[in-house]
Amino acid sequence: MKLLTHNLLSSHVRGVGSRGFPLRLQATEVRINPVEFNPDFVARMIPKVEWAALLEAADTVPKGPIEGYEHDEKFLRQMHHVLLEVDVLEGTLQCPESGRLFPISRGIPNMLLSDEETET
Amino acid sequence: MAMSCPLNRYLLLMAQEHLEFRLPFISSQETYGKSPFWILSIPSEDIARNLMKRTVCAKSIFELWGHGKSPEELYSSLKNYPVEKMVPFLHSDSTYKIKIHTFNKTLTQEEKVKRIDALEFLPFEGKVNLKKPQHIFSVLEDYGLDPNCIPENPHNIYFGRWIADGQRELIESYSVKKRHFIGNTSMDAGLSFIMANHGKVKENDIVFDPFVGTGGLLIASAHFGAYVYGTDIDYNTVHGLGKASRKNQKWRGPDENIRANLRQYGLEKYYLDVLVSDASKPSWRKGTYFDAIITDPPYGIRESTRKTGSQKEIPKGMEKCPESHVPVSLSYHLSDMFFDLLNFAAETLVLGGRLVYWLPVYTPEYTEEMVPWHPCLRLISNCEQKLSSHTSRRLITMEKVKKFENRDEYSHLLSDHFLLYKGHNSFREKYFSGVTKRIAKEEKSSQE
Repeated sequence: MKLLTHNLLSSHVRGVGSRGFPLRLQATEVRINPVEFNPDFVARMIPKVEWAALLEAADTVPKGPIEGYEHDEKFLRQMHHVLLEVDVLEGTLQCPESGRLFPISRGIPNMLLSDEETET
Repeated sequence: MAMSCPLNRYLLLMAQEHLEFRLPFISSQETYGKSPFWILSIPSEDIARNLMKRTVCAKSIFELWGHGKSPEELYSSLKNYPVEKMVPFLHSDSTYKIKIHTFNKTLTQEEKVKRIDALEFLPFEGKVNLKKPQHIFSVLEDYGLDPNCIPENPHNIYFGRWIADGQRELIESYSVKKRHFIGNTSMDAGLSFIMANHGKVKENDIVFDPFVGTGGLLIASAHFGAYVYGTDIDYNTVHGLGKASRKNQKWRGPDENIRANLRQYGLEKYYLDVLVSDASKPSWRKGTYFDAIITDPPYGIRESTRKTGSQKEIPKGMEKCPESHVPVSLSYHLSDMFFDLLNFAAETLVLGGRLVYWLPVYTPEYTEEMVPWHPCLRLISNCEQKLSSHTSRRLITMEKVKKFENRDEYSHLLSDHFLLYKGHNSFREKYFSGVTKRIAKEEKSSQE
């Protein structure tokens, strides 16, 4: 699971609403996966990123988008690495409100909840 | 498009496949029905070339210099084509060749040469080069569509300068037959490209498939440079485990998963993630970040329609999803599924983003009003593909035109519209009712 994905996921346990974001990430196995750098794509993603959530999930992240980031190759490469190359293979995502755990195995998060657990 | 700019006429040679889907892809000024010859007015050659870079429905495009219902009409039409438009391609330094294409008839080499000779009146000054000419000119003769009734003379003859070919070879290179990882309902490669085109998928887009299966639809989007996400409720399919769909193969191998499919075509860099998730209970946070949602939801026939269920439902008709220990209910009603899909699309698509999906339909009862509706999404196209004598599926394309405000706001509006589609909850029974009747009939007649 990439950190870009973590940034877009939220818990949908009954009653948590927007407090289900961001999920607390506990990674037990991480792999760095080289991905071809595409500055246009990364630049497009920057405005969509919830920065506070990203800072919680990753250590070496710039504090926020810098002025003129669209043309700052160093910044974009850093963001590219954090968002797309860090791959969580095993671990859990935890709902910050209810504590419910969503497992990640083989790099794939399992977000299934039963009827009782979800919003009506 | 400036109206003062004179539009050039182009001849588009269509492939005789997926006839129902050709029209919305190109908004043409006249309908051509079954004919593979379409004449379009296009402002520039660049636009014509870009069209051909995307389409799997068209074989080639030509700059139209003349046409007629007989050779004489063709020649006089050619004589009326402005010479100054011809000259750049005919001057003495250039090389060219002329090809004769006939449709629904075969000509001898002699007959072809005669036709080329008849064009001598054209001001060709360059040299003929059959191997690598700079310019290729084509004569296209249309002998109709009925192979059992081939006319002596063609209905139409066209002459044009070849510009570009379409992407038909993608259908072969991305064929499901050669794909590493397939499922029972993997989409035909040609149709998956058509869907990506309906979704206007372009480079650096994010495309999502909430019923991803083996990821076939993601491949076409990745081919056009989009980054892709997929979810599916089936743990085994997402992980690439369990029983194989190929004949003669028992279990899936290690190379069979969605990521491997993209890798097979050199598109792995576009793989973002896949998740095990229930499309009716999405786990995406609030926001608009998908440029397109392209999907083929289950119809309840070859794959069951499912959603996560309640612990209380366990005794009857239940399936436990082993890894997640979450009960899975088999009774996700089709109309609810489309309601959820449209709401989800309205909420997470960027403005101008597209939703492209298949809607299964029981043909005898179908009316246009049944197509699911949402105040934030505008219907762009609705194309039918027959599945059986009384069922078909419709490729629906919608575009987000209005910002999504509040989920509750829409529920009372949508329930009336969905009443019409609710009849289709029994789509599964209706589909099978035809099959069982036919089998009974066949058995009866074979006994007589």
